[in-house]
Amino acid sequence: MVQRFVSIWLQYFATDWFSLHQPERKQRPFVLRLPSHGRMIVTAANAQAEQSGISKDMALADARALVPHLDVADDEPEKIQRVLAKLAEWCIRFTPYVALDPPDGLLLDVTGCAHLWGDEERYLSDIVQKISARGYGVRAALADTPGAAWAVARYAAQPGVVPPHQHVSALLPLPPQALRLEPAIAERLHKLGLHRIQQFINLPRASLRKRFGVPLLQQLDRATGQEWEMLVPIRPIEPYQERLPCLEPIVTATGIEIALRQLLETLCLRLQQEQKGMRTAVFKGYRVDGKTEYISIATSRASHQVLHLFKLFELKIASIEPGLGIELFALEAPVVEDLVPAQEKMWEVGGGLNDERLAELVDRLTTKIGSGAIHRYLPAEHYWPERSFTEATSLCEEPATAWRTDGQRPLYLLPVPERIEVTAPIPDYPPMLFRHREKVYKIVKADGPERIEQEWWLQQGQHRDYYRVEDEDGNRYWLFRLGHYHDEIFQWFLHGYFS
Amino acid sequence: MIPQAQVAVIERLRSDILRLEGFASAREVLSAVDLGPLNGAFPNHTFPTAAVHEFISATAEEATAASGFLSGLLSLLMGNTGTVLWITGRTHVFPPALATFGLQPHRFLFLHLTHNKQALWAMEEALKSPALTAVVSELRDISFTESRRLQLAVEQSRVTGFIINRSPKAGTTACVSRWKISSLPSMPIDDLPGIGFPQWRVELLRIRNGKPGAWDVQWRNDRFTYPTESQPPVASDQQPFQQAS
Repeated sequence: MVQRFVSIWLQYFATDWFSLHQPERKQRPFVLRLPSHGRMIVTAANAQAEQSGISKDMALADARALVPHLDVADDEPEKIQRVLAKLAEWCIRFTPYVALDPPDGLLLDVTGCAHLWGDEERYLSDIVQKISARGYGVRAALADTPGAAWAVARYAAQPGVVPPHQHVSALLPLPPQALRLEPAIAERLHKLGLHRIQQFINLPRASLRKRFGVPLLQQLDRATGQEWEMLVPIRPIEPYQERLPCLEPIVTATGIEIALRQLLETLCLRLQQEQKGMRTAVFKGYRVDGKTEYISIATSRASHQVLHLFKLFELKIASIEPGLGIELFALEAPVVEDLVPAQEKMWEVGGGLNDERLAELVDRLTTKIGSGAIHRYLPAEHYWPERSFTEATSLCEEPATAWRTDGQRPLYLLPVPERIEVTAPIPDYPPMLFRHREKVYKIVKADGPERIEQEWWLQQGQHRDYYRVEDEDGNRYWLFRLGHYHDEIFQWFLHGYFS
Repeated sequence: MIPQAQVAVIERLRSDILRLEGFASAREVLSAVDLGPLNGAFPNHTFPTAAVHEFISATAEEATAASGFLSGLLSLLMGNTGTVLWITGRTHVFPPALATFGLQPHRFLFLHLTHNKQALWAMEEALKSPALTAVVSELRDISFTESRRLQLAVEQSRVTGFIINRSPKAGTTACVSRWKISSLPSMPIDDLPGIGFPQWRVELLRIRNGKPGAWDVQWRNDRFTYPTESQPPVASDQQPFQQAS
């Protein structure tokens, strides 16, 4: 059976993509630019710009000299390639075998596909029509080899279907660069007066190799089909999803649990084989009356442990309302991370923050209570008490600096300092007694003051003078005076309890 | 007078009973917490780990004193690798202060819960996880049934639980011990003015299979010191305690 290939050429792919949201750009000269060696270079130009004499790799200043009102945008090559890959995935509707042909083309192995559209003419016109409906200028050709299809799509006056076994004759009138040659080789061929493929296709191979090297012969063989060309097909990412249809609608909690366990087992087996673990998962139940019930969980580290994930879901199963019954269950893992299995220890050395069971406990707590309740703190390099610690982002994050132990700090700190009334004998002396919530505390011993200044680059405000005081019963408190003693307004606060 | 041979038998039977009740024998405990004169009060002369201890503290001052003594205990329990879950309620623990008790505050997980029911659920769930060294929970109140659930969870996982009971009228619980910690005037350092080393009155009001007592305990240079020997427990206004089980 003859193999058939389609080459799709999106002639103005980059500029077309930039014009999708601003269609008026198609009507006027529009180029993309990138800096290169200290100047701006045109990386892509649309049809209008090319008519005005602007070409790729031209300096932007030269292009502006040709067209003063040139429309310019910054090129994003990586993004354009991602769009091309997306388009290639979309093309799987035409054939299961789609390969990328960067920077602006696609190659499709369409052997045995065209008859589904009637014939090859209709098939190719459908491809062209559907892609141009998406807003891209497109030229496509169908031939026996990828090389021939590529050449016809780009260099033939009327690209289209090349009937089987006629691809060589279709190649003959085309210029040498249609063979996907290096620009230097194509230029040398032109210099020698070989402007068409038919002029050198029958020359002795030995002399061609001697003058132009092996690549010319290789590309020639590929275009004529004497050498097999391997295409690398794209593989669309398969979503981590499992489905379980039920013979009869499920209404009981036990039934839901069985379905969930079955789905988890299949999905976790796949995750385990791919060395991955899920961070979030959604369990959906499609009800008979058309409504969808769903519960979702999140884990603090990637996991593919059926038992653990089931426990997390178990806390939420009660919130599912089966109504008249659920006929289809689905389990999805939208966020999946790599999970390299750690080597198991011969004996267990008590816990630690890297313990898997600790992460599982945190998951259970956050699933029930909410992610905002659980905290882990790391030291921060600030003297201001409220800023002297920060929240850790993960369980395994290690402190960057040591915890300070030089200053005495209270074990309990009030979230907001509370106002107190104070009697002090002399300015800047520790108070003799203070009143907090209608109770008077007589101070026996005191330490201080310890002045802590506001960090002006973070927050404006007055400094605090902290005193450690002890009352008659031996209870110890952390008090501070906001501002200078001789200021008009100064206030005393209770900020913490020492043990 | 019991013959010498029978003393050994009685001693062995006594330790068997303790083991059946869930207390580890002194040899089994690898990292025994050494509390000096307090050791004599505990069964087997060993601080009971894998059990739930209750600290009675009605006021914020008492809760802070209990947390201070507790932090000292935790520094003995945790070693270099342990992790602790601390469930706070009305009060907020200031993490940098834990460092003054020789602890690494980043080894603590803090859970802030204002509902007593949620705190109890979280504590039970945490006590089931062997990844933790200890669980500290500030509770508004705890009933006998609830405390028994905690004790059952602990027996499986060998985690030590500490309850800071903020209820002014604490009822009977299934906890292995009941403590009351109150602040004492601090010990001056070399007769200098100002505040010295923290000092607490540690009252062990009830301990299963042990002898209650009261001691003065100081935290000095990263360890407990004991200025006085054991004294009889002070007459307190607490209700009499009956054996829980």
